[in-house]
Amino acid sequence: METRIEVALKDGLVDATGLALESDIRDHGIDAIRGVRVVQVYLIEGDLEPAAATRIARDQIVDPVAEVFRVDDPLPVPDPPHETNGHGPAPVHEIKVIKKPGVTDPVGESARRQLQTLGTEVAAVRTARRVFLYGELDEAAQREIAERILSNPLIETVLYGDDPLPGPPQPLGYDFERIDVPIREADDNALMALSRDRALSLDAKEMTAIRDWYRSIDRDPTDVELDTIAQTWSEHCKHKTLGGPVDCGDRQYTNLLKQTIMQATRDLDLPWCVSVFHDNAGIIRFDDGHDICFKVETHNHPSALEPYGGAGTGIGGVIRDILGTGLGARPVVNTDVFCFGPLDLERDRVPQGALHPRRVMKGVVAGVRDYGNRMGIPTASGAVVFDERYVGNPLVYCGTVGILPRDMHEKGAHPGDRILVVGGRTGRDGIGGATFSSAELTTESETVSSGAVQIGHPIVEKKVLDTLLQARDQRLFTCVTDCGAGGLSSAVGEMGETLGARVDLERVPLKYAGLSYREIWISEAQERMVLSVPPENLEKIRAIFEAEDVEATDIGEFTDDRRLVLAYDGQIVCDLDMQFLHDGLPRTVRSATIPPAIPDEARESFENLNPVADYGPDLLRLLAAPNIASKEWIIRQYDHEVQGGLVIKPLQGVRSDGPGDCVVVTPVLGIRAGVAISNGIQPKFGDLDPYSMAASAIDEALRNLVAGGCPLDRVALLDNFSWGNTADPESLGALVLAAEACRDAALAYRTPFISGKDSLNNTFRIDDRLISIPPTLLISAIGVIDDISRSITMDAKESGNLLYLVGPTREELGGSHWLEQLGRPGVRVPRVDLDRGPAILRGLGEALKTVAVRACHDLSEGGLAVAAAEMAFAGGLGIELRLADMPVAEPEPTRDDVLLFAESNHRFLVEVPEGDASRFERVLGEVGLDAGEFARVGQITSDPRLKVYGREGASVLDESIEILRQTWREGVPW
Amino acid sequence: MHEPRALVLRTAGTNCDAEAVHACRLVGCDVDLVHIRQILDDPSRLETYHLLLIPGGFSYGDDLGGGRILANEIRYRLREATEKFIADGKLVLGICNGFQVLVKAGLLPGRDGDDEPTVTLTHNDSNRFEDRWVHLEVVSDRCAFVEKGERMYLPVAHAEGKFVTRDDALLGELESAGQIVFRYVDAQGGPASYPDNPNGSVGNVAGITDPTGRILGLMPHPERHVTAYQHPTWTRRRGPLNALGDGDGLAMFRRASELARSELV
Repeated sequence: METRIEVALKDGLVDATGLALESDIRDHGIDAIRGVRVVQVYLIEGDLEPAAATRIARDQIVDPVAEVFRVDDPLPVPDPPHETNGHGPAPVHEIKVIKKPGVTDPVGESARRQLQTLGTEVAAVRTARRVFLYGELDEAAQREIAERILSNPLIETVLYGDDPLPGPPQPLGYDFERIDVPIREADDNALMALSRDRALSLDAKEMTAIRDWYRSIDRDPTDVELDTIAQTWSEHCKHKTLGGPVDCGDRQYTNLLKQTIMQATRDLDLPWCVSVFHDNAGIIRFDDGHDICFKVETHNHPSALEPYGGAGTGIGGVIRDILGTGLGARPVVNTDVFCFGPLDLERDRVPQGALHPRRVMKGVVAGVRDYGNRMGIPTASGAVVFDERYVGNPLVYCGTVGILPRDMHEKGAHPGDRILVVGGRTGRDGIGGATFSSAELTTESETVSSGAVQIGHPIVEKKVLDTLLQARDQRLFTCVTDCGAGGLSSAVGEMGETLGARVDLERVPLKYAGLSYREIWISEAQERMVLSVPPENLEKIRAIFEAEDVEATDIGEFTDDRRLVLAYDGQIVCDLDMQFLHDGLPRTVRSATIPPAIPDEARESFENLNPVADYGPDLLRLLAAPNIASKEWIIRQYDHEVQGGLVIKPLQGVRSDGPGDCVVVTPVLGIRAGVAISNGIQPKFGDLDPYSMAASAIDEALRNLVAGGCPLDRVALLDNFSWGNTADPESLGALVLAAEACRDAALAYRTPFISGKDSLNNTFRIDDRLISIPPTLLISAIGVIDDISRSITMDAKESGNLLYLVGPTREELGGSHWLEQLGRPGVRVPRVDLDRGPAILRGLGEALKTVAVRACHDLSEGGLAVAAAEMAFAGGLGIELRLADMPVAEPEPTRDDVLLFAESNHRFLVEVPEGDASRFERVLGEVGLDAGEFARVGQITSDPRLKVYGREGASVLDESIEILRQTWREGVPW
Repeated sequence: MHEPRALVLRTAGTNCDAEAVHACRLVGCDVDLVHIRQILDDPSRLETYHLLLIPGGFSYGDDLGGGRILANEIRYRLREATEKFIADGKLVLGICNGFQVLVKAGLLPGRDGDDEPTVTLTHNDSNRFEDRWVHLEVVSDRCAFVEKGERMYLPVAHAEGKFVTRDDALLGELESAGQIVFRYVDAQGGPASYPDNPNGSVGNVAGITDPTGRILGLMPHPERHVTAYQHPTWTRRRGPLNALGDGDGLAMFRRASELARSELV
């Protein structure tokens, strides 16, 4: 017998779920929607008298102040959520959404457990939603809403109108049958058909290698062996392109990554690098007692299909990376960087099969918000880039910083250690994610790959975090890693690479019955960690997990025979040689063509571009440009203050709304040292000059740290390449250039890379047209500040103080936002001067240790004009600037607009009290800056206007800071 | 002599526990961070403490509504221990999710004769989770943690913080009983509208106390502003960090600690 309890918010209160859905529906292009209301349904299976059900509903479930409920009868249709704007009463359509049989229902399970602990034993509780749509919506529109917005067809069923909810599910069975896949006789065509049909994403050479190996051992593979090989060899796991041989004419690489980015780290050989390119995250020294680690991941393809789940599990995944770094680190801050299509894109420009950028953006932000906030990790740092080429293939970068005690970076399983899987249960979610993320997206991806999207449950991960660190502190395990792409297959495979492992798959706890051994092994269900535990510690470690309701299951052991053996109910379903699995991948040399460089003597062309008398309108246009305008709408949805460590916030100034350059956190409360985090990302430069794009992204990230008061003494970098189709030699050539730039800049700035990630094949196919994203390199920088009191914010502080411009301006407008606004691409991308750039950044960083400047802001998107405007309105003060006094360098700008809007690297605006000015100048000279590299260019004023005087001394810009501020705040059409 | 003993209660989904523990330590409390399972196993453990602090977070994922499951555990499984704790004049502080817990457990506003909850915290008018700093004014002289007229600047971070009463009359009754402790105000101390009132709370209510003044619940986070460098604009002030002083939120911890030391220890 099943009791039904329906709960709804009282009319007149804010129905948050309904309003969010309404907004999603409108963003999806269905303008006829007039409102959405949601009724929550609990279906309680068990013997429950109506009176008892009413009592339970009232006392344990319903909030009588805010909610109404009914037992066993449906609630009446609720009122529309708001006035229908003179449209009169709208028709209402009901759609019900319920989880498919077997899919975990966290709320239902919480309800069941609660009833149980409070003395009512019931068999199960399921939950469903009755969604009421108001408006003239035909059947097609309702179906579209139901299937694309209200539900995830992978895990949920929808019912229309009066159709009743399905009854309690019957348990599913699974009859074991080992599947062997004939491969030994397959010819080339059959091999490729096999790769395609089984979604292995392997090429002909790789398939041939597999076939030949099975021929040599004289048997056919099982299905799960093929999947294991495909996952281990996937681009996602093996980084075959970046880590493989590349032929680009006179430059030959056997391993591009190793010979560029990683080589720079080796050459620098800095003593504070603890673990680089080896663990789940890079580790550097923090203080006498702690190390810090940092990792940024991409979660692009899942976020394209299901933005909320994709982004949420993206952040969930990178947090597990941190939990699985060394013997486990505690996450202390998140950073998230997104690339979307324009939010106001006309609907007919959204390709079939892609979601509108606004829906992608809202889903991604909500996904990061809900997962990050529930984990109790401040999401404090980030960036957003808009470009139409991201429409079909948005980019979602999720990063996390962790802290761990100093002696805990080494780990390794031993033969005989038990394999413990901890945390979430295994379900059918996320099957094939590693291979899917390595393939290109098409208009069909949303249907064929729905299984590749994972489903997150952050509270389970929070419980894992709470308990895992207790087990770590008692030294109860020898090794840990997370179940990410490839699931148990990757985690156990990696941990046992040099040992061997045996797993009994029937022991893995499942969300629901019916999974085959293959599905258990490759599932990418979230919130799982794998630990190696010496048998003598098993009891103790289990007690820790049990005490907080975390499931921990012994599923096998690490061995010493270098074989990966999987069994199901005692029957062997996989017996793979670890050596072949990890080293058997044939290497394919990839061809790259280096795109022609822009000649040194190239100058911008200003034909038809007459100087104007007032650059105010240009500045306002820039401030309103979504790539420059305020991202406060996103930032405030993240709990960036949790843990209490945020010292320098993302939003700064008198009204806490100015754009900070970096954030600073104290990862241990009460200490003086802090960690600064920043980003650099310049995809607009990449179209013209990939080398300078990469170098500029590094300079930008480092500039942001220096501006926040973090010197470059102990700063490390992460690379995250998101590239288009690297099978195209020119695209790969751009990647080679970017990697070389990373090497050169890391060496020049003495800032080593410690970890990275690449996501290739970021393309979207529409019929026969392949749209590639712009080559996008995200540089994430992390620095240690010995004393947080030296941190600096970007807001102007006090009228009368002087403004210095540090770093020369050049005539570099290629990829600049100003020319983009004028519809011109420009020619010369801002370059990084590998000699003077480091001298300026390191020198200013040194100077800021001894001279107490009041504000510092880096110059980037929009150049000097935008930086000065931001500084002024954030401080609620005016600024006067004299362009004639600006330091310049070859190729020297000869126009006011170039001085105002060029985006040359290594430049800062610094606010210095008049009394400290001569000391500031002297110190800059002492730390190695040339006299021509910095100059006093203006001052802070009490008159709340930004005033700029041109090279001839006449006013070229005079705007109220309030107008500038409003324009900047309202630029993005959220 | 003995220090006041504080219990910071945590469970699945609690996430402001570390800063709550830190704040208690700064004012000299002897703090234990304890999982509720241990209290459920032995409710008498509660007796050994003088301050019970329920921190923020998403207890049990807020699966049945903000704070509801933890509230039910306290209401139905720790009833006696909690009643004794309160009857002994000990102090209870609920912050953010902890405030939701106290309300849904019936401990706030905690007036005699209320069988059913009479107030709640529901979705923000903005329909979004919001993290921002707010100005608060203490408008009651009934609460042990604060003094009337005090002003504070603290962060809020929640999606369900809109204070609502069963009816308008009740709001008036709570006011006249001195149970409304904190109001959102604007930067000048005047009546707040969005975003100074970040969630649309009726009467700009940010925190309330019980009739004894010893149970306090509030949505803003005092534990996130215990030192000056947590203030969003500390860089606008001159002088070295150590001269900048305490954060606004520390005072209520200090008062709780002093009261516990003088009356309860």
